[in-house]
Amino acid sequence: MQVTRRQFFKVCAGGLGASSMAMLGFSPNDALAEVREFKLARTTETRNTCPYCSVGCGVLIYNLGDKAKNVHGKVIHIEGDPDHPVNRGTLCPKGAALLDFVESPNRLKYPEYRAAGSKEWTRISWDDAFTRIAKLMKQDRDKNFIAKNKDGATVNRWISTGFLAASASSNETGYLTQKVARSLGLLAFDNQARV
Amino acid sequence: MALQSLDIKARSATTTPSPSARETMEVAKLIDISKCIGCKACQVACMEWNDLRDEVGTNVGVYDNPPNLTAESWTVMRYSEVELEANKLEWLIRKDGCMHCADPGCLKACPAPGAIVQYSNGIVDFHQEHCIGCGYCITGCPFDIPRISKKDSKAYKCTLCSDRVAVGMEPACVKTCPTGAIVFGTKDDMIHHAEGRIIDLKSRGYANAGLYDPQGVGGTHVMYVLQHADKPEIYNNLPKNPTISPMVGLWKGITKPLTSFALGLLAVGTLFHYVIKGPNEVSKDIEKEFENES
Repeated sequence: MQVTRRQFFKVCAGGLGASSMAMLGFSPNDALAEVREFKLARTTETRNTCPYCSVGCGVLIYNLGDKAKNVHGKVIHIEGDPDHPVNRGTLCPKGAALLDFVESPNRLKYPEYRAAGSKEWTRISWDDAFTRIAKLMKQDRDKNFIAKNKDGATVNRWISTGFLAASASSNETGYLTQKVARSLGLLAFDNQARV
Repeated sequence: MALQSLDIKARSATTTPSPSARETMEVAKLIDISKCIGCKACQVACMEWNDLRDEVGTNVGVYDNPPNLTAESWTVMRYSEVELEANKLEWLIRKDGCMHCADPGCLKACPAPGAIVQYSNGIVDFHQEHCIGCGYCITGCPFDIPRISKKDSKAYKCTLCSDRVAVGMEPACVKTCPTGAIVFGTKDDMIHHAEGRIIDLKSRGYANAGLYDPQGVGGTHVMYVLQHADKPEIYNNLPKNPTISPMVGLWKGITKPLTSFALGLLAVGTLFHYVIKGPNEVSKDIEKEFENES
């Protein structure tokens, strides 16, 4: 055992201090075999898909409460879904931080509209948003739709507008999105595969 | 033989024996450094599960963020760039955190009864409600892991998610790891898993690949697979032969009983002094004199 003179004095002084503290009652006696309570014990578990990239990992969302009528639920924890074939329970750092994504003050929860030249975003209803999008799409399509090319062959193109869709959709949603976009004649069609 | 047994095997500053009739399974976390891509999902999952949100720090010029363990960051990735052979750069990324030693220096050093416990499954856990914030666990730890919180002066470190393990789940960092660099199971299974990984690494030219399960602290319940097990210090100063500081033995073996005895003597002396000499009373005459003066 190698102890220097300085270390010896240190441990003596520290020893006296700490044992005095312990004897003066700074250390409670009861040493119970407890761990932190398992925080998910009676929460409600909901399966979902991670909203970030196109890998589409399965997540489990844990909600306070049992969905009873008078209870306001609150998401308290999100982790990977071990039964999901894509990720089998694992999550990347962004996926592992989904709880703070849900709670973020910057999270977009409803459609907002900023008029040209204005600095202000104003909340609008989903109906208003859809109506506006549909109107603008129709306007642009009526103006720029190309039914035939210069050789007279039917092409039915609408190349002045692009369509950006979700990446973490189900097969069925993807199929429907494809049908909608292509039937309008859209060529520029992509999804937010990496965010 | 449940994985999740929380029978107490040892507890700090307690001399009575712990229940030991039952034998339970030992758990272990194995971190395969050769598979780690440094994504920090484990860091995030740890914060999320343990309800910790450390202060947002500043970039210190390397990927290490936060740059060190804190009371609110129980695990951090440590990135080292080494060139053992010329022109062969290796980026070694080590997930640092509590090693859950079989012979825990923190528990040995702790003067507060029950503040540090070791479960029979191998997890070493801090119970902050019993912590007196003396910092002896830091002196006792050969890996420099515990940190005292500035908010409440209590020591904090990785719990190996004892609350999850208690109900049969794996720690949060293990579950989230996208490359499978962190695995969890019984200690025997983890050693077996490591053997397979070492054979694979050796076949890929890492002749010194090996398991880090240091015997100086009785083995650990968090183990590493190292590509260069002969030089653990290149992995951001992972100690080669970690042992408990001699200060801990000195304090437990000599100074603590000695000072406790001195303290007891003081109490007895005070009592005797009171009995023999009695309280120091001021006579009424003197009191009157003082009153007249003022």
